[in-house]
Amino acid sequence: MNAPVKFETTLKDWETDQEVRWCPGCGDYAILKAVQRTLPQLGADPAKTVFISGIGCSSRFPYYMESYGFHTIHGRAPAVATGVKLANPELDIWLVTGDGDGLSIGGNHLMHVLRRNVNMQIMLFNNEIYGLTKGQASPTSREGTRSPSSPLGSVDHPAKPAAFALGAGARFVGRGFDVSKHLPDVLKAAHAHQGAAFIEIFQNCIVYNKDVFDDFAAPKGAEDRQLWLEDGKPMLFAGETKGIALDRDALELKVVDVADGDWEAAGVLVHDVTKRQIAHMLVDMPFGPFPMALGVLYDDARPTFESAVIAEREQASAGKEANLTKLLAKGQTWTVSGTAQDPV
Amino acid sequence: MANAAAATPQDGATQTATDAGLDSVVVRFAGDSGDGMQLTGGQFTLSTALAGNDLATFPDFPAEIRAPQGTLFGVSAFQINFGSRAIHTAGDAPDVLVAMNPAALKTNLAALKPGGLVIADTGAFTKRNLDKAKYDSNPLEDGSLAKFDLLAFDISEKTIEAVKPFGLGNKDALRSKNMWTLGLALWMFDRPREPIHDWLKAKFAKAPDIADANIAALDAGHAYGETAELSGPQGNVFRQLHVDPVESEPGLYRTVTGAEAVSLGLVAGAQLAELPMFFGGYPITPASAILHHLARLKEFGVTTFQAEDEIAAICAAIGASYAGQLGVTSSSGPGIALKTEAIGLGIMTELPLVIVNSQRGGPSTGLPTKTEQSDLYQAVYGRNGDAPMPVIAARSPSDAFEVAIEACRIAVEYMTPVMLLTDGYIANAAEPWKVPDPADFAPFPAEFLDTPNAKDADGGDTFLPYKRDAKGARPWVKPGTPGLLHRIGGIEKHETTGNIDYSPDNHQRMTDLRKSKVENIAVPDQQVALGDETGTLAVVGWGSTYGPIHQAVRRSIEKGLSVSHIHVRHIWPLPANLGELLKGFDHVLVPEMNTGQFKTVLRDQFLVDAQPLTKTSGQPFQIAELEAAIAKYFDGIDGNEGGQVNVNDQQLPSPEGGAK
Repeated sequence: MNAPVKFETTLKDWETDQEVRWCPGCGDYAILKAVQRTLPQLGADPAKTVFISGIGCSSRFPYYMESYGFHTIHGRAPAVATGVKLANPELDIWLVTGDGDGLSIGGNHLMHVLRRNVNMQIMLFNNEIYGLTKGQASPTSREGTRSPSSPLGSVDHPAKPAAFALGAGARFVGRGFDVSKHLPDVLKAAHAHQGAAFIEIFQNCIVYNKDVFDDFAAPKGAEDRQLWLEDGKPMLFAGETKGIALDRDALELKVVDVADGDWEAAGVLVHDVTKRQIAHMLVDMPFGPFPMALGVLYDDARPTFESAVIAEREQASAGKEANLTKLLAKGQTWTVSGTAQDPV
Repeated sequence: MANAAAATPQDGATQTATDAGLDSVVVRFAGDSGDGMQLTGGQFTLSTALAGNDLATFPDFPAEIRAPQGTLFGVSAFQINFGSRAIHTAGDAPDVLVAMNPAALKTNLAALKPGGLVIADTGAFTKRNLDKAKYDSNPLEDGSLAKFDLLAFDISEKTIEAVKPFGLGNKDALRSKNMWTLGLALWMFDRPREPIHDWLKAKFAKAPDIADANIAALDAGHAYGETAELSGPQGNVFRQLHVDPVESEPGLYRTVTGAEAVSLGLVAGAQLAELPMFFGGYPITPASAILHHLARLKEFGVTTFQAEDEIAAICAAIGASYAGQLGVTSSSGPGIALKTEAIGLGIMTELPLVIVNSQRGGPSTGLPTKTEQSDLYQAVYGRNGDAPMPVIAARSPSDAFEVAIEACRIAVEYMTPVMLLTDGYIANAAEPWKVPDPADFAPFPAEFLDTPNAKDADGGDTFLPYKRDAKGARPWVKPGTPGLLHRIGGIEKHETTGNIDYSPDNHQRMTDLRKSKVENIAVPDQQVALGDETGTLAVVGWGSTYGPIHQAVRRSIEKGLSVSHIHVRHIWPLPANLGELLKGFDHVLVPEMNTGQFKTVLRDQFLVDAQPLTKTSGQPFQIAELEAAIAKYFDGIDGNEGGQVNVNDQQLPSPEGGAK
């Protein structure tokens, strides 16, 4: 979107000379590769690409991308990125945050960057734990999570990142997980979206919250537990033997069996990425009774914040002269005699 | 203050005081916060400026937007000092007090000069309002104002009468009460009405009826002064008082508040740096006015961003600076506290940034609408880690223009955040301003690096994001520049490559480099504002105490005392000659509206025995208090302050006297 001219790069071109310092086996490695694989496909120009992050394991990401990068302070990356985008809308911004950075200390900024609809891709790596500070429960940790700060099990209810984003007014909500082969497709769709595109990426913290997403992310049985959504396609999973339908009386989603591939007869919904109410149901769909909804859950663009700011500035400036001398002498003035200075 | 009591002649005759040696008058308008006193004061100020008097104002209003009507804490006041000589303060004690209700009279009467004039609206001195102001009896009638002159009449009723033709209800009609009062004040001091007429017409362009009603009220107040024989209880007849225009440097003048001057200075600074400006702000008293001014200046390449909080406001400004604009943010103490971590990021990533702190009374929420200078430690020292940052302070509304330009210059030339200190007094107060010519300021165009700046081991071109120039500044590279890809962040970084580097030697060097960069910022030598370069006492100030210190020192010098006024703009780094300058005085006195913060800095930096004179009442210093403090260093006794007693054997009894 931000690169009118397709730029020729390879995955290698996006690697820096910095040693990657995540724990061996961390899901961040897979996400890094997925991003480095996706950018050449997008024709992205490294000079016009900026990775901006907060604080946490995920936020080391910019150091490993051969582009421009800004590793800011805890939770504030959306605010810094908003300033960058307003100052230079040509730049293609990727925000990297985590569940602690984005939803705890930076929850306020995340909410506002989404509702303002600043054009950027926001990748929230959700590992349901504070990794860099050695394993405390995070705002997305499930109830009962035992950690150094919650030795008896956490008692607070977890936040749902995708539901938060949609509630904050996001016009694009996608979901994927670190080792998924579909992750680049979600990234590409996010990049194609004009506006703030929110992507929740489940990420395995191998040290402090190992395999917590295995219920749906493990290769074995994945088909039955993952619902990959595609615009215009029926919401089918489990080898197309099951689908998601709308219980019109209860106004909620339900899982239905599909016999002989006749999903229409079973009432399976066709995914329409512009349907906001359905998106609300998809992000809230409890895993267990339902599969995990993945892919592009919602995508309905509207004008971006920076375009509105620029339009307003241009409109306000139209026909006005930026003459500082005149500005300084504005309002009611008087001349102390002895000069020939005319009021301007 | 001169003998402005002549405005209310005590000699019973008809002396008009026009030529009675009067050179300045202090008028205070006080009323309920809903009575429009700030507006009245503001318009009287404008009119006074147009009459060619020098002036200074002091708006003093409650923190509550609509405090309960008639209550003591809901009183809003506006003081103006104007005259035919240079005015530096809003004046100590008013000569005239306009009291729109009993609460306004009660809270302001103590300040009035003995023999001063009270103008009161009897229509507002109802039982109910007297109760609210905790008066047992009506002070207008019980003789308790005997030592003042009093003009009491029913302004409410006269206003309703004046606006009758416009068919307004009583409640709406009474809204014009302030204009009636203003009209009377304009007559009293021979000010022109036309500017107010024009202003009202412009303000109510969409409601000409309201404009006309207000104009009618204004004219009625003026006519009342002209036709009614105003006489006070002492039989004095009040006449119009003319204050001659001040002799000032020829040129074009306007009035300016500190908030306006800061805004204009920032616009000028961005132009001199040849940069678009990005201003990130969040509403806070008394800093919001800067956001409001800049939001209307989009044609000057200004982008204003009202962020979700103080932190986002500064972070967005840092982001804009990173992308190649001049990032600016502004707040007051509590908001600056929230920005502190981000200021550290700006220092660490070495990006230009201007942070304006319009100080108010603290700590915590403190006194939102009152003034204080208590954020100096916060500005100079208040960050985690060794985080040096230049700090400069404006001394007056008009000075704020130049200081804002200077802040932009330092930020851009040295790639650093800079804090500009003003305060609530400077932000809200107005003074005449000789309109500057932008061409008088030397441009400091920002330079962006777009080619490699170093050679690698093989002699090839390479780029080092933290390679410094002679001033110690690193290069500014806009993202989007091909070939200069790099990453920055708040983590300690390698001395030249900017890559993460925690090694002990590197952190030691980087700490030293950041420190020396700020310490070596070129700061003009400190000048003496008034008095000799050496002497008995140096009165050292900074910020908005300039006016009262200047006047107090001027009067002390006139009395023959060896006193000098030194006013410091560059708080950090301090001017290189300041230490030597201070050592040329026997004593150093530092008046501050805090508990002695700059005094501590001076002691620390120069090992001088700087003595504090502190005030934290939320009100500016009065000239008289400073004069008294200065006097103690000479023969004003009270501990003698270590000063010398000027021996005069004609006056002082001498122990040996009888043996002569």
